[in-house]
Amino acid sequence: MQRLINRSPSRPLRIALSIIPFVLILLTYQISSGMRKAENEQDKLLPSFTEIASAIDRMALEPSKRSGEYLFWRDTQSSLSRLVKGVSIAAFIGLIVGLAAGAIPLIAAPLKPLITAVSLIPPLAILPVLFIVFGLGELSKIMLIVLGVSPFIVRDILQRTQELPREQLVKAQTLGGNSWQIILRVILPQILPRLIDAVRLSLGTAWLFLIAAEAIASTDGLGYRIFLVRRYMSMDIILPYVAWITLLAFATDWLLLQLSRFIYPWYHSEK
Amino acid sequence: MRTVFTKSLPAILIASAAAILTPLALPFTSPAAHAQQQDQFSLCWSIYVGWMPWEYGDSSGIIDKWADKYGIEINVVQINDYVESINQYTAGQFDACSMTNMDALTIPAAGGVDSTALIVGDFSNGNDAIILKEGSTLQDIVGQSVNLVELSVSHYLLARALDSVGLSERDVSVINTSDADIVAAYTTSDVTAVTTWNPLVNEILSMPAATKVFDSSQIPGEIIDTLMVKTDVLQANPNFGKALTGAWYEIMAAMENSEEVRAHMGEASGTDQEGYEAQLASTRMFYSPVDAVAFVNSPELKATMEYVADFSFDHGLLGDGASDSGFIGIETPAGTFGNANNVQLRFDPSFMEMAVAGTL
Repeated sequence: MQRLINRSPSRPLRIALSIIPFVLILLTYQISSGMRKAENEQDKLLPSFTEIASAIDRMALEPSKRSGEYLFWRDTQSSLSRLVKGVSIAAFIGLIVGLAAGAIPLIAAPLKPLITAVSLIPPLAILPVLFIVFGLGELSKIMLIVLGVSPFIVRDILQRTQELPREQLVKAQTLGGNSWQIILRVILPQILPRLIDAVRLSLGTAWLFLIAAEAIASTDGLGYRIFLVRRYMSMDIILPYVAWITLLAFATDWLLLQLSRFIYPWYHSEK
Repeated sequence: MRTVFTKSLPAILIASAAAILTPLALPFTSPAAHAQQQDQFSLCWSIYVGWMPWEYGDSSGIIDKWADKYGIEINVVQINDYVESINQYTAGQFDACSMTNMDALTIPAAGGVDSTALIVGDFSNGNDAIILKEGSTLQDIVGQSVNLVELSVSHYLLARALDSVGLSERDVSVINTSDADIVAAYTTSDVTAVTTWNPLVNEILSMPAATKVFDSSQIPGEIIDTLMVKTDVLQANPNFGKALTGAWYEIMAAMENSEEVRAHMGEASGTDQEGYEAQLASTRMFYSPVDAVAFVNSPELKATMEYVADFSFDHGLLGDGASDSGFIGIETPAGTFGNANNVQLRFDPSFMEMAVAGTL
């Protein structure tokens, strides 16, 4: 008799099983929404799927009456642009600082405690300081993402750099490599796929800070729209926006994984 | 046998899923959906100068005393986020909630939750203001970005102010800014104009380069703080309305006459007595039910609600189905504005009249 822990579902069964929870959630929603609608036709908490569809139609497929723009796409564009800028800057800082501190003990000595301390500051708690330093425009939103995400990436890259086998570095040295060459030719190529890993892991946090930043002061963005229509409880707009954010986050994560597999096949084959 | 099984499998699955899920869905339905006689009620409020009496009423036991008198139980809950408190009320978690006349129209009433203004507590008489960094008159606002909480009473105040000098919202650009961050935002060079409410107004005015160019005392009686109660709950349970109204005017008397009570309210709202008195100075409190009843009965209230409905309709706050600003009927003693067949917001002075007559 085969033990439970050794039985894995066949591919079709696995796909079916993975869909079931989503179907159950949609069904629960449908039933709850129907029950609330039966009591109050105009209920806004759990709009029907038709109402959600008409909200999507209004936001994404028709130009806004006030500005003539397609609000949904404009929000998406502004948010993605902020996210990409913030995460790119954070990844760049993470790579440079993490690599330098990981490879050179003299740089690690002063930086490591500082990085640990900075990573423990909740960025949302120092918002007023951020405003005064970076203003209220795009810069402060991007900086909030950078501040929220880069300490994590720095610490991760530092750790990964120090985890590289000591023997490799010794070997490179016996072959006559100097510090600069070793960092550039031995350490950096091995760290880059790990940087992509770190960025993938930090995307959730980055979205969190993006939404928070857009809630504070802005005129567009996915987070802006959600907080704006929350003022009159338009769940018919909020729910598709949340689904869209989830989809975007999933897609970015998947794209990064494919990118990593494409550029660094050796990294994925050793796993 | 096999074909029968496969054919009926989806049907069985759907049926069993529905059977399992229906109880799961129950928490989403509102407990007070079918109004009937009940003896437990809940009220939510959030921190604001005109709603601090609810805190005092709760902590001093005045509300419990009146609830006992009518043999009911009233659960008073403070919610830190104002909009969230209204959303919770609209979603069915509370029977009563403190909110402004405008938010009552755009959130519960527009969401089909028929609400009655049981108590009209005060109106903003300077508590909401437009502040400029440069410039001394409202006209100077042309071309500037104005930071404010979009679609809130601040937005309404701005629209009314611009209207009063022949300008419109097209002459400025509005930047949605959270009320929690507006004071810090004003210190940055990006921000040149804000519209907000107290205590933030006082805080910003104490900074250098801050000129108040318009405030709510120039549109008196248009931003009204009320206690909204679900109309069906109130009709089925007049004792709930009586207990709340009785408690409210006992609190009002204490508040008007006792410095200690005002100091208590100030502290509970995160400031001190001095800060609280400063906010009260720009609030027209109806300490006496006589004034509140006269205010609700006046024809101006209907005109005000018409302005509010126009603004809400122009900004799409009345919902997609709304064809004009009168889509949602608003009942006032002076007459009904808008669609009489879809009345969702009511101003009813009858409970406050009982307070005047002393029959509570």
